Amino acid sequence: MTAFEAAAGHNDDWEAAGRQPRLGHTASELVSKRIITGYGFWIFLLSDIIMFSAFFAAYAVLVGNTAGGPSGRELFNLRNVGLETAVLLVSSFTVGLASIGAQARSGAWFYGAMAATFILGAVFLSIEIREFASMAARGAGPTRSAFLSAFFTLVGCHGLHITIGLLWLLTMMAQVFAKGYRADILRRMLCFSLFWHALDIIWVAIFTVVYLMGAAQ
Amino acid sequence: MWGKLSWAAIPFDQPIPLIASCVVGLVISGVLAFVTLKGWLPYLWREWITSVDHKRIGVMYVLLAMVMLLRGFIDAIMMRSQQALAFRSPGYLPPEHYDQIFSAHGTLMIFFVAMPFVIGLMNFVVPLQLGIRDVAFPTLNSVGFWLTATGALLVNISLFVGEFSRATWLPYPPLSELKYSPGVGVDYYLWALEISGVGTLVAGINLITTVLKLHAPGMTYMRMPMFCWTTLASNLLIVAAFPILTATLTMLVLDRYLGFHFFTNEAGGNMMMFMNLIWAWGHPEVYILILPAFGVFSEVVATFSNKPLFGYRSMVAATMVICILSFTVWLHHFFTMGAGADVNAVFGIMSMVIAVPTGVKVFNWLFTMYGGRIVYSTPILWSIGFMVTFVIGGMTGVLLAVPPADFVLHNSLFLVAHFHNVIIGGVIFGSFAGYTYWFPKAFGFRLHEGLGKASFWCWIIGFYVAFVPLYVLGLMGMTRRMQHYDVAAWHPWLLIAAGGAAIILTGIILQIAQLTVSIRRRDQLRDETGDPWNGRSLEWATPSPPPAFNFAVLPRIESGDAYWGIKERALQQARLSEEPAYAEIEMPRNSPTGFVCAFFATIMGFAMIWHIWWMVGLAALGAYATFVVFAWRDVDEYIIPADTVARIDRANRSARSAALARRQVVP
Repeated sequence: MTAFEAAAGHNDDWEAAGRQPRLGHTASELVSKRIITGYGFWIFLLSDIIMFSAFFAAYAVLVGNTAGGPSGRELFNLRNVGLETAVLLVSSFTVGLASIGAQARSGAWFYGAMAATFILGAVFLSIEIREFASMAARGAGPTRSAFLSAFFTLVGCHGLHITIGLLWLLTMMAQVFAKGYRADILRRMLCFSLFWHALDIIWVAIFTVVYLMGAAQ
Repeated sequence: MWGKLSWAAIPFDQPIPLIASCVVGLVISGVLAFVTLKGWLPYLWREWITSVDHKRIGVMYVLLAMVMLLRGFIDAIMMRSQQALAFRSPGYLPPEHYDQIFSAHGTLMIFFVAMPFVIGLMNFVVPLQLGIRDVAFPTLNSVGFWLTATGALLVNISLFVGEFSRATWLPYPPLSELKYSPGVGVDYYLWALEISGVGTLVAGINLITTVLKLHAPGMTYMRMPMFCWTTLASNLLIVAAFPILTATLTMLVLDRYLGFHFFTNEAGGNMMMFMNLIWAWGHPEVYILILPAFGVFSEVVATFSNKPLFGYRSMVAATMVICILSFTVWLHHFFTMGAGADVNAVFGIMSMVIAVPTGVKVFNWLFTMYGGRIVYSTPILWSIGFMVTFVIGGMTGVLLAVPPADFVLHNSLFLVAHFHNVIIGGVIFGSFAGYTYWFPKAFGFRLHEGLGKASFWCWIIGFYVAFVPLYVLGLMGMTRRMQHYDVAAWHPWLLIAAGGAAIILTGIILQIAQLTVSIRRRDQLRDETGDPWNGRSLEWATPSPPPAFNFAVLPRIESGDAYWGIKERALQQARLSEEPAYAEIEMPRNSPTGFVCAFFATIMGFAMIWHIWWMVGLAALGAYATFVVFAWRDVDEYIIPADTVARIDRANRSARSAALARRQVVP
């Protein structure tokens, strides 16, 4: 059993109630709600990854079209990007801690780890915004060239996901605070942690394809 | 304050859109007034608008598709009559209006007719065929439907406020860029599709999870009805392809709104990237539409031939092969791009290869009919009409897949004839077959047979009269989308094509008549047992219309053609199976989340189109608040007591016992 599964719990409430569930015949023949929710959310994440892959493809097509403007080599600061990567990877660890905290019904661990995740996400975002702002100030905004359009869209789309993730994170904490560790809320927590990890995976691809390959050119 | 919106946006100087939108406005307010006066609004709100029942949502999808079909068909009639008149004359539609009409026609017919029709059928049928009580995510299902409706609404608002795109149904840059399309038309297109695309994606996620994870006990994958398989394949394609559409349209949005350079002529933009990206979605899209239609035909042909489907396993394999190959042919939409002979050859060959599994399917349907006791009712007429028409369309498609031939025929009316041949002959005929076939399941009475058959003959004859001339015209060199022309040899063919459109119009009028007559005579057409066609799959095991919970007790499946097996046993033993022990059932509670969310999405889309930024922010906030309110609710299910379940099921069992007794008397 993985941490996510552990975090999501098995206590779907109809089982205890002994009623005939909506989705199955008897409890033993039934796929639990946790599996169904997680499965559906995985499919959503795959679709999200496909959307990113279209932006990656556009970036790969347009990376050389700098229209006389700056290229990635002149713009990227690998030290900053390294810091961003480290912050995001650590936040994946803390969101894992939050999942276990929720599973263990430990308020200190849950809220503590979620708060840490929020701070790390916010740090990541502020580094990214600073990078964008400094590029724009140097005349390398998204309207300068097709390469920069593709760069800002791809990386910005990831940043937008992080922003939405932070909003979701706060909502999640508020929900646990208001409703406790209910089965449906734990299922949402499972989805949130999957979402956050998926953003990490996409960031690793951005780190490699955009920044490392861009700086090496 | 109001962005680009001003009184100039209302087309006071153009009589056609003004009158059209006044008529639409009158019809809508008339219906609303009628519903309000009759006091039906609370009922509609409670039972339909906020419903999370997959059957109701399916019905609403199909209703949306049919209303939009009327709108899209009016566009078609206008185009056909314009081209019939515009020989050495300007016709009656000025170019800027004519361009909007063909753009709206394509957009509506693909996104708001074909898509909601097939999604509606899948939504309605699949849980019933799998023997379950609902889809995986009922509330999300409602969100998906209402977002699709939002898209349709935005396209139709453009009739009255502003204008619609003139850049065709796929807005190719650079024409669709701000420089060449400065108006709001392309923005209407973009936001309608961005929003409805999210709705479609949600529906896709929901149906995949449903097919793969929710089954009645014993319903293994290889026992699923063919329609469930084609639903799975179609929705896998939705999830794999629609994000590409969303990303591509987002890039165009960024070009138009923020001056990015994805597809522009300047600063390194690459417009051919748009063609590649849009068709990487667009080609799978045609299979998203046709695969569910293939599923409908598989069900209909088996049922009305009174035989199991021939070659079930090869049918499953063919479906999944099409699902994969559909992603390997997109470049055949622009062979003339100049990708070179090698690239064109690869995509040409792949386009022919994908015809093979489709051929497997056609032979399977033919072999299913061979030796069967065929009952020629309306659904199978649509299926036979499909087989003939689709094979012709498929062959002209293989012709277009030959790159040298495509260089001659591309962008001509030959192409227009080809894709109408497969979309009308495949998707629309399939949708109508499914509509007639499952109508009694949805409403408890059959549709009138005579009017249905008359409508079928009008449609199929009208189709050939309207589109065979377009093949000829394409070979004569007439390009598509011409507002006027001066080649005398084309004129007679365009007159014939207009006549064909008139015959199809008769077919549509007959369909409306069929629906009206059937509702009036519903007592004679009543389906008492829930199995009007001697069906084979589980949806026919439920009463018509099925109760909210579908199955009183989940069926236990022991073979393919699950309901046929249950029926055979009942006939052998001359009685129904033992009455089960009824228990109370939990069902998801209705929720206005979908409707409210779509309300805010409509405002957001409209505000985006007209650059009213504060309203965009407000609508986004509203959408977020909707989700929080939804997430905060404590009770999301209600309980149907065991005696209600028992009462409903016993009524159906007694109808079925009576039918069984009748069959025993007449051997």
